[in-house]
Amino acid sequence: MSPLPESIVGTSEQVVVAQGLVKCFGSLVAVDGIDLSVSRGECYGLLGPNGAGKTSTLKMIYGASPLTAGELMVLGLDVRNHARAIKRQIGVVSQETNLDPDLTVRQNFLTYARYFDLPAPEARQRADDLLTFMELSGKAGVRIEQLSGGMKRRLLVARALIHRPTLLLLDEPTTGLDPQARHLIWQRLRHLKRQGVTLLLSTHYMEEAAQLCDRVVVMDRGKIVVEGCPQELVERRVGREVVELRVEKEEEAALLAQIPGDAYTIERWGDTLYLFSDRAVEIVQALRAVRVENVLHRPATLEDFFLKLTGRELRE
Amino acid sequence: MNALVAVLPDVSRGALRVWQRNRDSFRGYYLAAIVGNLGEHLVYLLGMGLGVGAYIRLGGDVPYLQFIAPGLVVSSSMWSSSLESTYGAFTRMTQQGTYDGILATPCSVDDIVTGDILWATTRALLSAFTMIVVMAVFGLVRSPLVLLVFPVVFIQGFLFASIGMIVTALSPSYFFFNYHYTILITPMFFLSGIFFPISDFGPVVQWAAWSLPLTHAVSAVRALTLGEGLGAVLPAVLWLTVASIFLYLLAVRMIRKRLIK
Repeated sequence: MSPLPESIVGTSEQVVVAQGLVKCFGSLVAVDGIDLSVSRGECYGLLGPNGAGKTSTLKMIYGASPLTAGELMVLGLDVRNHARAIKRQIGVVSQETNLDPDLTVRQNFLTYARYFDLPAPEARQRADDLLTFMELSGKAGVRIEQLSGGMKRRLLVARALIHRPTLLLLDEPTTGLDPQARHLIWQRLRHLKRQGVTLLLSTHYMEEAAQLCDRVVVMDRGKIVVEGCPQELVERRVGREVVELRVEKEEEAALLAQIPGDAYTIERWGDTLYLFSDRAVEIVQALRAVRVENVLHRPATLEDFFLKLTGRELRE
Repeated sequence: MNALVAVLPDVSRGALRVWQRNRDSFRGYYLAAIVGNLGEHLVYLLGMGLGVGAYIRLGGDVPYLQFIAPGLVVSSSMWSSSLESTYGAFTRMTQQGTYDGILATPCSVDDIVTGDILWATTRALLSAFTMIVVMAVFGLVRSPLVLLVFPVVFIQGFLFASIGMIVTALSPSYFFFNYHYTILITPMFFLSGIFFPISDFGPVVQWAAWSLPLTHAVSAVRALTLGEGLGAVLPAVLWLTVASIFLYLLAVRMIRKRLIK
C-alpha cells in the first residue's frame, strides 16, 4: 500500500544524489559544495570531526533545512519541492533525543505513526514488534523519563522505523551509549540492512563506521576529503599495522636507528610515537631486542586513517 | 496567483495530527488545567461580582454579577489560549524537541503552527464551556443565544493563540513571556470592559479600548448571554475574524523563520 501516486514515487537506484551541495548560515559555510551518491541497500557513513557539516547535510536530506545552493535528489525526488513525499519514506534518528516526554512509550509510537497516517491497529502491532526488535518489551506503558539513556536511544531508532522507511538517516546514533547498548544498535542496524533498508549515518566513532558501513566519506570543514570503503582506505593510506610506543622526543632518533629498513612511516603526537607499517612484526622484534618496553602492536584502524587525514588538533 | 500561494500556509492533515498529539498529552493533566483556570475566574466572578458588586449600581436592570460574568468567560478563554500558545508551545519547540521530531515526518512547519494554534483554541473553548456551566448554575444565562458564544470564543481563542505563537517565535527564553503578560494580557484584562462599561470614558480611552481584541470579544459575548440580539455581535465578530487571519498568517511566517534554518 503506497500512500503516493505512482508518478512521484522515486524508483531510482541512487537513493541520495547530491551535486555541489552548499549550506551557509550567514557567513559560515557549513557544507561547501559536496557531491554524494548513496545506492539502494548500502550503508553509507558520513565521518568527520565536530563542525564538519555532517548534521547540516543530513538535515538538508530530510528537508528540515533548505539548500543554499546545489542539487539534492532523495529517492528520485527533488527535496526542494517534494519534502512531504520524501519524508513519508524516510526515517530519521536525530542527534538529540526528541522522544515525547508527555507520552508513554506506546503513545510515542502511536502518535508518531499518526503523522504518517498509519491506521491505529496496525501502528499498535508494529509498535509491539519494534519494541521486541529493540529489546524493549515490557516498556510499552512506561513514561519516557523513566527510561535509561540507552533505552531512549533504542526507542528513538524503533520509532523511526514505525512507517517502514526505505531510507534510514541516523545522526550519531550511539553517541554517549555504553558498549552493550551500542553493540545492540549495531546488530539491529545490520539486520535492517539485510532487509534492504538503505542506511545513511553520521558518526565520529570510527569503530562504528568500520562495523557498519560499506562506504564512507570523510568530511572536514564542509568539504569531502576522501571517499571509499573503510578497509581499503585504511590499508591504502595507513598500512595494515601500527606500533605505538611511549618515548620521549630526545630518545626518538637513537631508538629508530635500531629498526632495520625503512618500510614504515612515523607520526608523533604528545608522548606517543606511531609507526605505520605492513611489516610491524619485524619492528616489534627489533625493539624487543634492545629492551624497549611499552610497545603496543595492533592492526591499523579507521581511526588512524581519520586522524592522519584530519589532523590531531581538537575541534570544538 | 503565485503571490497568493506564497501567502497561504502549507497546511495538510498533519495539522490535525499535531492537534491530536496535544490532546493525548492533555489527558495526562486536564484536571489540573481545568481546575486551575476555572478556580481563578470563579474567584473573580464571586469576589468582584458579589463582593464589590454589592456597592455598585449600573444603569438598567443588569446586576453587576451578571455584567461581569460574560467578560470572565472571555478572559478565561484568553488566558487558556495564551498560556498554551506561549509556555506550552515554547516548551514543545525548545525543551522537548517535539517540533523537531514532527518535522522529520510528513508534517510541515505550517502544520505544526496550525495544529498548535487550533489546540490552544480548543483549550479556550473548554475554558469558556466550564465558565458557561458555572454561569448557568448561578442563573446568569438569560438567553439560548448563549450557544453562539462558542463560535465567538473559537475566533477569539484562535486570535490569542496566534498572538501567543508570534511571541513564542520571538522568545529567547521563558522570561520573555513576562513582557507578553505584563504589557499585553493583564492590562487587556482590565481595560476591555469586563469590569466597567467603556462607554463612560472619554474618546481617547474608548478608542484605545476598542483597539484591543478582548474588548470586541467581551461585547459580543455579553450581548449573547444577555440576549441583546445580534446587532452588536456581528461587527465584533467581523473585527475579530479579520484580526485573526492577519495574526495567524504572521504567526506562521514567524515560526517558519525561527525553525527553518
